[in-house]
Amino acid sequence: MTATPRLALRGIGKRYPGVVANDGVSLEVAAGEIHAILGENGAGKSTLVKIIAGAVAPDAGSIEFDGTPVAGADPAAARALGVAMVYQHFSLFDSLTVAENVALGVDRRFARGELAGAIGSAGERYGLPVDPAAHVHDLSMGERQRVEILRALLARPKLLILDEPTSVLTPQATEALFATLRQLAGEGVSVLFISHKLDEIRRLASRCTVMRAGRVVAVVDPRAESEQSLARLMIGGQPPQIAAHDTAPGQPRLLVDALPLADGGEPLSFDVRAGEIVGIAGISGNGQNALMALLAGERLARAESVRLDGAPIGALGPRERRALGLRYVPEERIGHGAVPELSLAENALLTIDRLHRRGFVQPAAAQAYANEVVRRFDVRCPGATARAGSLSGGNLQKYLVGREVLAEPQVLLANQPTWGVDVGAAAAIRNALIALRARGCAILVVSEEIDELFELADRLMVMAGGRLSPAVPAHRLPVDELGRWMAGRWPQAQP
Amino acid sequence: MRAPLALVPRGAPSRLWTWASPLLALLLTVACGMLLFGLLGQSPWQAVGMFFVEPLSTKRGVAEVLLKATPLALCAVGLALCFRANVWNIGAEGQLIAGSMAGAAVALAGAGSGSWIVGAAIVAAAAGGMAWASLTAWLRDRFNANEILVSLMLVYVAQLLLSYVVHGPLQDPAGYGFPQSPLFDRAARLPLLLAGTRLHVGFLLALAAAGAAWLVLARSVIGFQLRVAGVAPRAARYAGFSSRRVLWTVLLASGALAGIAGGAEVTGPIGQLTPSVSPGYGFAAIIVAFVGRLHPVGVVAASVLMALFYIGGELSQSRLGLPSSLTGVYQGLLLLFLLGADTLIVNRLRLRAAAA
Repeated sequence: MTATPRLALRGIGKRYPGVVANDGVSLEVAAGEIHAILGENGAGKSTLVKIIAGAVAPDAGSIEFDGTPVAGADPAAARALGVAMVYQHFSLFDSLTVAENVALGVDRRFARGELAGAIGSAGERYGLPVDPAAHVHDLSMGERQRVEILRALLARPKLLILDEPTSVLTPQATEALFATLRQLAGEGVSVLFISHKLDEIRRLASRCTVMRAGRVVAVVDPRAESEQSLARLMIGGQPPQIAAHDTAPGQPRLLVDALPLADGGEPLSFDVRAGEIVGIAGISGNGQNALMALLAGERLARAESVRLDGAPIGALGPRERRALGLRYVPEERIGHGAVPELSLAENALLTIDRLHRRGFVQPAAAQAYANEVVRRFDVRCPGATARAGSLSGGNLQKYLVGREVLAEPQVLLANQPTWGVDVGAAAAIRNALIALRARGCAILVVSEEIDELFELADRLMVMAGGRLSPAVPAHRLPVDELGRWMAGRWPQAQP
Repeated sequence: MRAPLALVPRGAPSRLWTWASPLLALLLTVACGMLLFGLLGQSPWQAVGMFFVEPLSTKRGVAEVLLKATPLALCAVGLALCFRANVWNIGAEGQLIAGSMAGAAVALAGAGSGSWIVGAAIVAAAAGGMAWASLTAWLRDRFNANEILVSLMLVYVAQLLLSYVVHGPLQDPAGYGFPQSPLFDRAARLPLLLAGTRLHVGFLLALAAAGAAWLVLARSVIGFQLRVAGVAPRAARYAGFSSRRVLWTVLLASGALAGIAGGAEVTGPIGQLTPSVSPGYGFAAIIVAFVGRLHPVGVVAASVLMALFYIGGELSQSRLGLPSSLTGVYQGLLLLFLLGADTLIVNRLRLRAAAA
């Protein structure tokens, strides 16, 4: 490359106790280039982008930005140079509004009242609508991601780093985001795009750095590669195949009858049968979390509005529902499905009620249960005593799914089971769900990943604006039709 | 110019610094104490002598330290349970006062009975503290009232109530109008542990409370629930743990312990109900709980330390004529340095390379 690169990394190394996160990583991004970094969870992508953003200091190597060496780790200095970052784990303040969060993250000064307008117009320009006055704790994961991206764009970056940005976007919104990124690249902004979605990388990026176990294993032109060849580079072998499905569904196990999401909301009705996976597609923030909270017992409803094997359970709490065989894997791993400060064994105590006996917990049994989950579901970690917060996203998710699956539920609710998880872990999780279905469990999966739903679900519903579409066999719903349904336009009467 | 030192976040909280931080805070507090003594025209070494050597050099001195540590430990063990559960009860002082009144009422009402009366007085004191804490729990549960404000304000209510009680219903009729109750019977006083000292069996109650709290936190389901409720309330809801149950449990437990502390003061060293039952034990216990890392064993050690501050302050006043408010200054310094040193649990200090 003749011109001075926007960003040049040479021989970056970073080790944490027990792990080498980055080892001799070199990377160049030209001005106006869209560059992808591809790798499994734990391959060192997140550490690398934190080093670029100045949040983590490397142990070795050098960083140059527009030909000038960058000394030391200093996020403010990196921002001043024009590096903007959209993190995979959100860095928003829950109790503040969208506008307040943006104001905190942007060094530019906005006059009072001007900011909301700027958010609105940037949102419109880039196809990322959010209400500036909304409180972040009321937003779905998808909406939070939009806020993060907008905040980064408002800083007028020269290098925009996006860590897994599309995992919560609809196909249409992803297209819109890609158009925006191409437009930004055309304006000379460099884009560093971290992903494990092979098709997106092939569509978007002109160069791709593939990482495995902290090292760069290849730098390729993704447009000249196939998805299979990229996947092989990333995981160093063939991705695990999804097992085929050939059992017929049985009796309805979970029966939802005229259940409104809120007082006065439209009543929802559907069922999930034994040996069946029902998928709920839709953009997050359309009522999925409220529905899951009602089904799992975190929110209570009229007893008869939810039935499990015929028994009314709508007014029961989560523990009573677990006792009857209904289990739940929530969307957020940290702080909802798991307590990051506690060990995996202690996290088993959250939902495995048989580990409690006469008011006392059974530490040895919890340890054994956690180790069993770790072994059976290939959770890569030092063992049951590891803090949940120390696991990578994919491994923690494998643990949480495994924790519920090992308890052999009659009904399993899974909310975004593979969100932000690498291909290997995602395939393992889907295989676990499919194996559970084969054992007669009724499974309800909420997901924004269309491919995942087509791969897993026997029947599909779409959620939009707090309403549910009729359930149809997945193969009878073409993708473009699904896009229309996701905007809330499905036929009123069932065909 | 940038500071030559920088704070760099650690990957995971440091176990070492969790416990080294209170020691560093103590060291800094002692250094400041020596400086303060110097500024007050005394030898800095005298500060160390007054606070750490003198009180521990005789059997009687050690007994006095443990005597002062008793109410601090009782209150702080309860507060540690509350704080672990993210329930910010800062009204242990009020619960202690409520317990002392209830204990005194029973001790006086049972004048002339056998030695069981002191047991009854302690049970009544626990109930009194629980009743006082239940006001906070009820207001939080029913009306979602902020427990910090409610529990703090109830301290002042308790103090006024105490003032009324010693001027009215429980005032000694033969006491020349002094605002205090009659002296309790011998039978209504806590048995002593060491002859020739004032140390009473309340100290054993404090140790037992710490042991029980440790068992609850480490092994019981409710202890697990309160830890989860404290650090991840959404995970607690996911698991189906009742936040109301946790709220009531920790507030009633800490109220009972603070009440016992108050009851043990009036039936122990004081021997009657006076308007100055507590020199701020309930508030100092907040510092004790944090210095002890919200861990029952740590709390016991921290309460001994805090007792040294109390006795050192008294000694400085009586021997050197220094103001006894030194105790409060040292308590404040300790908390201040602790909060500062706690930064090192999640961050490490690094020398910044000289700018090129």
